[in-house]
Amino acid sequence: MTNGFSSYFADPVQWAWAGVMFWLVLGFAALLLQGSQRLLTRLVFPLGALGALAIAGVGVAGMLLPVSTVVLPIGLPDLPFHLRLDALSAFFMVLLGGAAFGITVYASGYFRSMAAGPLALLALWYHLFLAGMVTVLLADDAYAFMVAWEVMALSSYFLVTTDHKIPEIRRAGFLYLLIAHVGAISLLLTFGVLQGGHGDYTFDTMRLAERTPFWASAAYLLALFGFGAKAGLVPMHVWLPEAHPAAPSPVSALMSGVMLKTAIYGLLRVTFDLLNIQIGWWGTLALALGLITALYGVIFAAVQSDMKRLLAWSSIENIGILLAAFGLTLIFYTDGKGALAALTLTAMLYHALNHAFFKGLLFVGTGSVLHATGERNMGRLGGLMRFMPWTAWLTLVGALAIAGLPPLNGFVSEWLLLQAFLLTPGLTQPYLNMVIPVAAAIVALAAALAAYVMVKFYGVVFLGQPRDPALHHAHEASWPERLGMLWLAAGCVLLGLFPTQVIVWLEPVVRMLTGQTLPSGSSWLLLTPVSAERASYAPLIFFAVVVGVLLLTILWVRRVYHGRVRRSDPWDCGYPEQDARMQDSAEGFGQPIRQIFEIFMRVERETPDPFSRSPRYHGASLDKLWFILYEPIARVAGWLSEQAGRLQHGRIQWYLIYSFATLIFLLVFTTR
Amino acid sequence: MTLTYHLQIVNLLAALLLLISFAMLSQRRIVGLVTLFAWQGAALALSTAIVAWSTDQHHLYYSAAITLVLKVVAMPWYFYRLVRKLDVNRVVEPMINIPTTMLIGIVLVIFAFNLALPISEMSGTVTRSTLGIALACVLLAFLMMITRSKAIPLVIGFLAMENGLFFAATSATYGMPLVVELGVALDVLVGVFVLGIFIFQIRETFDSLDLKHMEKLKER
Repeated sequence: MTNGFSSYFADPVQWAWAGVMFWLVLGFAALLLQGSQRLLTRLVFPLGALGALAIAGVGVAGMLLPVSTVVLPIGLPDLPFHLRLDALSAFFMVLLGGAAFGITVYASGYFRSMAAGPLALLALWYHLFLAGMVTVLLADDAYAFMVAWEVMALSSYFLVTTDHKIPEIRRAGFLYLLIAHVGAISLLLTFGVLQGGHGDYTFDTMRLAERTPFWASAAYLLALFGFGAKAGLVPMHVWLPEAHPAAPSPVSALMSGVMLKTAIYGLLRVTFDLLNIQIGWWGTLALALGLITALYGVIFAAVQSDMKRLLAWSSIENIGILLAAFGLTLIFYTDGKGALAALTLTAMLYHALNHAFFKGLLFVGTGSVLHATGERNMGRLGGLMRFMPWTAWLTLVGALAIAGLPPLNGFVSEWLLLQAFLLTPGLTQPYLNMVIPVAAAIVALAAALAAYVMVKFYGVVFLGQPRDPALHHAHEASWPERLGMLWLAAGCVLLGLFPTQVIVWLEPVVRMLTGQTLPSGSSWLLLTPVSAERASYAPLIFFAVVVGVLLLTILWVRRVYHGRVRRSDPWDCGYPEQDARMQDSAEGFGQPIRQIFEIFMRVERETPDPFSRSPRYHGASLDKLWFILYEPIARVAGWLSEQAGRLQHGRIQWYLIYSFATLIFLLVFTTR
Repeated sequence: MTLTYHLQIVNLLAALLLLISFAMLSQRRIVGLVTLFAWQGAALALSTAIVAWSTDQHHLYYSAAITLVLKVVAMPWYFYRLVRKLDVNRVVEPMINIPTTMLIGIVLVIFAFNLALPISEMSGTVTRSTLGIALACVLLAFLMMITRSKAIPLVIGFLAMENGLFFAATSATYGMPLVVELGVALDVLVGVFVLGIFIFQIRETFDSLDLKHMEKLKER
């Protein structure tokens, strides 16, 4: 790397860094283009998308090529940035690049209605955000990692507060910033523990260090807390349902689809790569927390009436599933069941990739709806399929995928994960054997409820009749928006149709972390993660059957059944007059869940007076954790700062007396 | 132990320093305070020079010269000019009355001597017996800063404290390394200029140099 330009870009890690630099330059160039909104949307964002595609390409190459490292001449004196590209980083780069490409193409259409000045600033933060995330994945020393982590956190804060003139958005941004920094402090401590007194913060030294179980556990717990705060692990999840609705939709899509995965990446990196030992109860803890998060997330998703808030809660659920898979991997790994650990890890990585695509797709879908109608509240939407067919059909792909229906991608990863859960009777610890079937049941319940949530989301927003006359004028998404959604939807379909190929492709990562790979019993058509007798899945055949049945049904109805089209009012039994307000509403659909899980919520409801001229209904199901955990903390912090504020008299003499008293005190007590 | 002739002079100068510190505590007029400060600097420079001569420590000569230039000539001149230019009410009203301040000062001196006793036993320098006085000077200057509410006496108190520290360094270890001393001298110089600018600003804003007015600046 020292001899000339040509060899400077010899390794994939250098290509990746070139991509980061490209984004940085693009971001700052956007500032210079403040005057031209046209150039910003038609040049800067498409170029950024190409950068994302390049990063994904580098990731694909990085999975196949050997590990490459580079020491950059930037950073503090004697403290340069170390970068490293191994299979794990490369996999997450593919995830990032793949999802970010679609989202950025979408963004180039989405932001066309924004004024040039704020847009230039947004483009800067947007590309800084992307660059920060890739650098997090590449960092090979704690210093570079923390710098990149903070760049990511701060740029996303500014993205969340794009509409900073609205007080709720500022509040959401503050909450996000606060929790991000509490997490970052914990990460700083993690690295402090990991370096173990060497004073050397490169990951290479951390890999070699020997640690006692106590210190290893301390590092693990700190990392779980720190990365958990970023990922939205209960009870650090409160920022997600606030920040996602506040941010512009492409930003929500990036944050939910990609940024949350950097926390998962960090957790994998610290636990399997940097720590020299792994302990079984870590896995049990992660499994328990993950299951709680998954269930909590999906329950709250079911009772939301704001569509972006619903998706944010659904992200919490998916993070919970990922964390549960992570915990199960750890349990298998520490129990010496390498092959099963490999299976669970494969399921986890697969699900992370899937979530990036389908949650990105759903978030940008809500963005188009928001643009077309100006409404986030599902109570005022409905019937949009007729006015926005592209958005509706593409979002349907995402909704089916997240609901875990075959032949789409969500099914594959959840099916793999459940396979792994069903194999737990092989564990040597008897009490885990007894408890884990319950865990499997919770995962299944969460998956089922996720499907329920998606029926609600899709049904209320796109199906039925418009709940507001203004919706008749909803316009379809622009072409770049459609292209972006098409890319993400294609990702969902292809990842669902070719699971064996994806699993083979994931092998380097799985081998790097668990030292094992899946048994290669699968053919290109048939996915058999364990053995053919146990379970197998043939997505292409399934797909062919689905398509065939669909075509046959259409043919049957058109040709054989009675061969004519009959038009009449459907479901007209006893309702001669139908009204959009008679449809099931978002609140109504979620009510059974609210009734069952009411102990987790604080329900606020305001029902109208029957004789009121202008009846008003207001209902909200609030997160009880906010009231029992966060508000007391905020009160204590407020009280403490008030007490400390009393020291501040504003009189310089008093301040001098403080120093004088301290001086005398120290003189007296340190000489004894 | 019989003291040599020049060490007796150093001890005398040390006593003079302490005396001047007390005089500063009791001085009501700003101009008088500046004069006392100049005298304190002169005593300090002289004692440093004598220590340098008797122990053959050459770098102490430079320290003495810096002290002479900065604290006896430059800064008092600057303060005289400041006082004349600002035309401030030249009587300083202490917050605690002067006899009480003096009593507190005596307690501080006893405390400082007690404190310095074990330290000076460890020290190997010929001037170790003056460490108590140096510490007492620091504490007395601090006390002066606390009891005055006007801006200029506060700055002079700060400089007097620096004098005490300098004397402590000379008596305990024959002074700090020259680089450190040069740095400190520069800091003090810059500090005084910055404070001088502040004093003008304070007066412009509050129309007075009484720091009581700055209470309004606090939150809530």
